[in-house]
Amino acid sequence: MYAVEINDLVKSYGPFKAVKGISFSVSEGEVFGLIGPNGAGKTTTLRVLSTLIEVTSGKVTIFGHDLVKDAGEVRKAISYLPEDAGAYKNMTGREYLKFISRFFHDLLDSNAMVDKAIAIAQLGERIDDKIDTYSKGMARKLLVARALMIGPKLAILDEPTSGLDVLNAQEIRKVIKKTVSEGTSVLLSSHNMLEVELMCDRIALIDDGLIVETGTPAELKRKYGASNIEEVFVETVR
Amino acid sequence: MSSIGAIIRKEVKELLTPSTLAPILIMAVIFAMIGNLASGVTAPLAEKPTIGLIDQDNSNLSRLAYENISENSKVIYNGSSVEDGLVVVENESAMALIVIPAGFSSDILSNKSGTVQVYWEMRGAGVLDSIPLSTVSGLLAGMDRTISASLMGDHPSTDPSVVLNPTKVNDTTIFKGVEMVGISPQTISSVMANQSSVVPLIVVMVIIMAGSMVITSMGSEKENKTLETLLTLPISRTSIVFGKLIGAAIVGLVMAVIFMIGFGYYMLSIVGSSSIDLAQYGLTIDAVGFILVGVSLFLALFAALALCMILGIFTKNYKASQMMTMPITFLAMIPMFLTIFSDFDTLPTGLQIVLFVIPFSHPMMAMRNLMFGNTNLVLAGIGYEALFCIVTMFIAVTLFKKDILLTGRVKSGRRKSASPIASMIKGLIARKS
Repeated sequence: MYAVEINDLVKSYGPFKAVKGISFSVSEGEVFGLIGPNGAGKTTTLRVLSTLIEVTSGKVTIFGHDLVKDAGEVRKAISYLPEDAGAYKNMTGREYLKFISRFFHDLLDSNAMVDKAIAIAQLGERIDDKIDTYSKGMARKLLVARALMIGPKLAILDEPTSGLDVLNAQEIRKVIKKTVSEGTSVLLSSHNMLEVELMCDRIALIDDGLIVETGTPAELKRKYGASNIEEVFVETVR
Repeated sequence: MSSIGAIIRKEVKELLTPSTLAPILIMAVIFAMIGNLASGVTAPLAEKPTIGLIDQDNSNLSRLAYENISENSKVIYNGSSVEDGLVVVENESAMALIVIPAGFSSDILSNKSGTVQVYWEMRGAGVLDSIPLSTVSGLLAGMDRTISASLMGDHPSTDPSVVLNPTKVNDTTIFKGVEMVGISPQTISSVMANQSSVVPLIVVMVIIMAGSMVITSMGSEKENKTLETLLTLPISRTSIVFGKLIGAAIVGLVMAVIFMIGFGYYMLSIVGSSSIDLAQYGLTIDAVGFILVGVSLFLALFAALALCMILGIFTKNYKASQMMTMPITFLAMIPMFLTIFSDFDTLPTGLQIVLFVIPFSHPMMAMRNLMFGNTNLVLAGIGYEALFCIVTMFIAVTLFKKDILLTGRVKSGRRKSASPIASMIKGLIARKS
């Protein structure tokens, strides 16, 4: 069974087609990267997969659950981290994690989830401070921890290291890798080509709502005679 | 353009939007509407009042009084039976039945004020409703002056204090079938205005405050980008909508209780200083009545919150949500003004429909209607409020499942797209077909 299976997905906003019929699949335990220029349809695709916005046409299944007919089951399997996500500023970091954990209490132990998230976030004593007082990087680490604490079957991560410095970004990448080793599949989008190359088992390049290339980083580099994914990216979207 | 000019232009463009103009326009319409209502109510002041008139004394002074009143009014009954007179006055929608009882003249001539019995036909208990009745008071004052002049000319030995005030009025007010002896319509109006203005004020304050909480909560969720996370959690959209509404309703009810305690003390002081107690005329509300008022209030609050939730779906950020509270504010203020100034029964049909359609009107009118036994209107209002809640909740939940929740509006290409509501209805129709 595929973690994600997309067939001819179209997403329109009125007459504007943001995604024009894409198809790809993500295997269980795989880290799949979706890369492309601004406005290519990456975030729209991730939002569709996260049940946030409606499918215009096409078929999407997540671990065999139809995205449209079985959205409730899909939401139990996924964890979505939006690129510009925020947290409730009147809560402390710990309160926020506890709040989110209550939605998953049927699946996991709340305290264990919160402890795991605190370990991922590495905010020290600041975990008990109001989120309002957090720096952008601290808030992002909290949100990544929130997304991964439930050990989702599929983590949908939009720019997971956005706003983080090099050291923190590296730390988060390690956490994601560890989560994958525990059985989570990952679908991520990133503008950081180094990150994509380091983390992803396979990559899909999306441009103007269409997937223009799919493959492993090595395959794509070989195909385009490129030394890194950035060069592949430039070649494909030029 | 100078630098300051550029700033002025930018500020005006930013501040002068349809959403800032709309509340002002709505306010202007409300004032015009109330002005129109007031002019309609006060128009009879320019006309001769319609009354019934009975002279049971048949003396020179009573005939003088009768002629004076007749000259300045339109008399629709001039027989001798009070019962018949009251029937005619009620059927002809006249203002009052004035009875000059036997002994009127002898009392005055024996240096006692002569009694005039006035049966007032009160149509409504609003502030404006008792204004036309003041023309009848004017008739009685004119009658007094005529009798005073007669006493000075024909009976110079009369006690000067009686010459100055030759008559006294015994009031009996008939309102919605209840006969209240010894009270004038003005007194009833002022007591009821004090009592029945409390609920409208509480309703307005609670709706505005709780409603703005829901809208700003939605605006904040969108501005702080917390909504997307919430929507991907394993919880149904219906549960999210209900969770938000019930949370706001609890806070709203806490506010209502606090306001009621405050107003309770206010009412105690008002009732304490009042010369009459309406309860002695059976004008009181029993426990069931209070429960009905409570149910009506709760449903109005829930309807407001559901409506605010729909408005909140269209907000994009905190600032926009502030403006979105305006329609709710005005929707709450229209029935408040209408119910304070006039009774439902005395309003023109158009305004009655407006009042009934706005769900917040019903708790505002409930106390007065229950007091006068108009329970059916209260029950109909509760039924309508419940239906309104169900429909608005359904719309809110449906919109919560749509892209519009995150996009704020349907993006369009060349031509402008249909309104979000229209898009939603089109979508529902398409899905059904």
